[in-house]
Amino acid sequence: MREHILVLGAVAYDAKVVPIWEGFQRHFADHGLGFDYVLYSNYERQVEAHLAGAIDVAWNSPLAWIETVRSAGRCGRRAEAVAMRDTDRDLTSVVLVRADGPVRSVADLRGRRIAVGASDSPQATLIPLLTVAEAGLEPGRDVEVLHHEVAVGKHGDHVGGERDAVRALLAGRADAACLIDGNHLAFVREGTLPQGFAGVLVQTEPYDHCNFTVLDDHDPAAPRAMIDRFRELLLAMSYDDPAVRPLLDLEGLKAWLPGRTDRYGQLERAVDRFGTIAAWLDRVRP
Amino acid sequence: MIDLEELGLDEGAHLPIKRALAAVPVGGAIEVRGRAPTLAIDLPAWCRAHGHPVTLSRSGGELRAVITRGPGRWGGAEAAGGADPDGVVERPPGRWGLAARGATVEAGGADLGFALADKRVVWADEAPRLYAQAAAAQWDPATAIPWAAPRAHPPEVEAAVVQVMTYLIENETAALIVPVRFLGQLHPHFREVMQLLAVQVADEARHIEVFTRRARLAGDRLGLSTTGGQASLATLLAEPDFAIASFLLSVLGEGTFLSLLAFLRDHAPDDATRELARLAGQDEARHVAFGLAHLARHLGEEPALRGRLAAAVERRHQALAHTAGLSEEVFDALVLLAAGGWAPAAIRRGHAAVIELARDMDAGRRQRLRRLGFSEGEAETLAALHTRNFM
Repeated sequence: MREHILVLGAVAYDAKVVPIWEGFQRHFADHGLGFDYVLYSNYERQVEAHLAGAIDVAWNSPLAWIETVRSAGRCGRRAEAVAMRDTDRDLTSVVLVRADGPVRSVADLRGRRIAVGASDSPQATLIPLLTVAEAGLEPGRDVEVLHHEVAVGKHGDHVGGERDAVRALLAGRADAACLIDGNHLAFVREGTLPQGFAGVLVQTEPYDHCNFTVLDDHDPAAPRAMIDRFRELLLAMSYDDPAVRPLLDLEGLKAWLPGRTDRYGQLERAVDRFGTIAAWLDRVRP
Repeated sequence: MIDLEELGLDEGAHLPIKRALAAVPVGGAIEVRGRAPTLAIDLPAWCRAHGHPVTLSRSGGELRAVITRGPGRWGGAEAAGGADPDGVVERPPGRWGLAARGATVEAGGADLGFALADKRVVWADEAPRLYAQAAAAQWDPATAIPWAAPRAHPPEVEAAVVQVMTYLIENETAALIVPVRFLGQLHPHFREVMQLLAVQVADEARHIEVFTRRARLAGDRLGLSTTGGQASLATLLAEPDFAIASFLLSVLGEGTFLSLLAFLRDHAPDDATRELARLAGQDEARHVAFGLAHLARHLGEEPALRGRLAAAVERRHQALAHTAGLSEEVFDALVLLAAGGWAPAAIRRGHAAVIELARDMDAGRRQRLRRLGFSEGEAETLAALHTRNFM
């Protein structure tokens, strides 16, 4: 049965994940591509399943991408990012402080407390903490880190950790809060963050987010031609087409773009610096 | 170049940006500048989420951005007819859904599957006028009826009033449920028809209230409900075809009730009964007028419908052949109500009035059938076949 079906793995970070992939399944079926999906509760399980050949394509967070690259690399396998969302390119994270507070530079954070999201969130924890570290303050030593461990294993896909970090700043439990750029506006609009309360202490360099990952020696039951067809169908989806627009809206993009892997450097450095995935890598035996 | 000055995206700056983008084609660019503190964070994030590519530069304390308009969701959108009645289309597609008539509807919406989506079947050019009239003629049951007016009639006449009210409540309940069933299937494009049916339902709700209140003015017990009466009404509830249901309910049933309510108004033993019969009669006249208007239009476009309507009356007559028709209890109550007492002369007068009522009902039915284009002979036959239960 596998020989005609491309199997994708995705992490169920929200209930809407089911209608999304049901919709893609219909779309691919309408275009002659057999497609099915498997949902995992956390990215580590998904990466392990990918390495074991249970899925052909993984819809990976940037951290899961790095986990795949590194664990596959240990046994000479190679990972490839075949496509990504337009909205996952050139994101930044920001560190917010009270606009009227005493913290004016990263150096002012010394001896103070910074609120972050889940410990495996690239956007709300790892990349902003790297920016602080590279500016000269070592998290945990020079600045206290207040984690908000919402949905660990889902790599910050759940917005709750960032919201809690902002609430800690508002309540005075923290002197700074880390979040992805777009959530600054979102939190003001939803009323979590009063307009004008916070100022931007620092903004990270741009980075990329999720991608569709395949392994170069993927299960031969799903030949390269199927992966190429999958990618081709994704890139052909047009926001002008009312039949696919609801799916794109649900997944939060206007266009699928080819995968690119040159904007994961900050996260690579963060993972190395903080030892984020060291224990997991030691445990995984591909 | 639009200058946002100090206005941030967290203060509504997306409005002037969207306004400027709307003025250029997809692929066209606008220039924006501003000095809000978090603009450099919020503007790229907003543009990314909306699919507009952006490049930023700084000039002193000012942020400058070139925003290219990306694809929008309004390509392929269509107008859902026009807002005025002359903008009603023959067959509004289900994908227009709940959109206001005259709105611009995004392409790709789900078909909401309204079964009644044919102007020929549901529309009447009189619908807007009848709706306006209906909305203006709503009355408050608490104040419109002289509930405290004195009642001097004997207890048996009061019991007759209670029996007639009990019968009316049952009939008006059917008249409430039938339009409700079609309302849920009607395409909202036919706004005035939808509104008119909704008010019709509200009218019946009010009638049920005042009939109930009148029945309980002198005591708590209501009257009798017969299987024959309910069997007759059940055939109305079961009718799935809008034209046929409307014909049976509004033209024949409610039409017949116009005579009955006029009879109650003329022979009521007390002011409260007289006034509620008058007010309910006004409402029912509108229901009949709409039924006649949309059926006349429908018949004009589809003359073969006349045969289906006639067949429906015959079918209903056969279905009810085994039932008793108007119950003896209701007939006797009408006689006693019109008599107003037990004197033989009064009973004779009341009885004659009810016989006259039946003649009046028959004449009214024949007249309305002729207005729908039935011949004199057809009208006479069909009027005679109408349920003896009146509704």
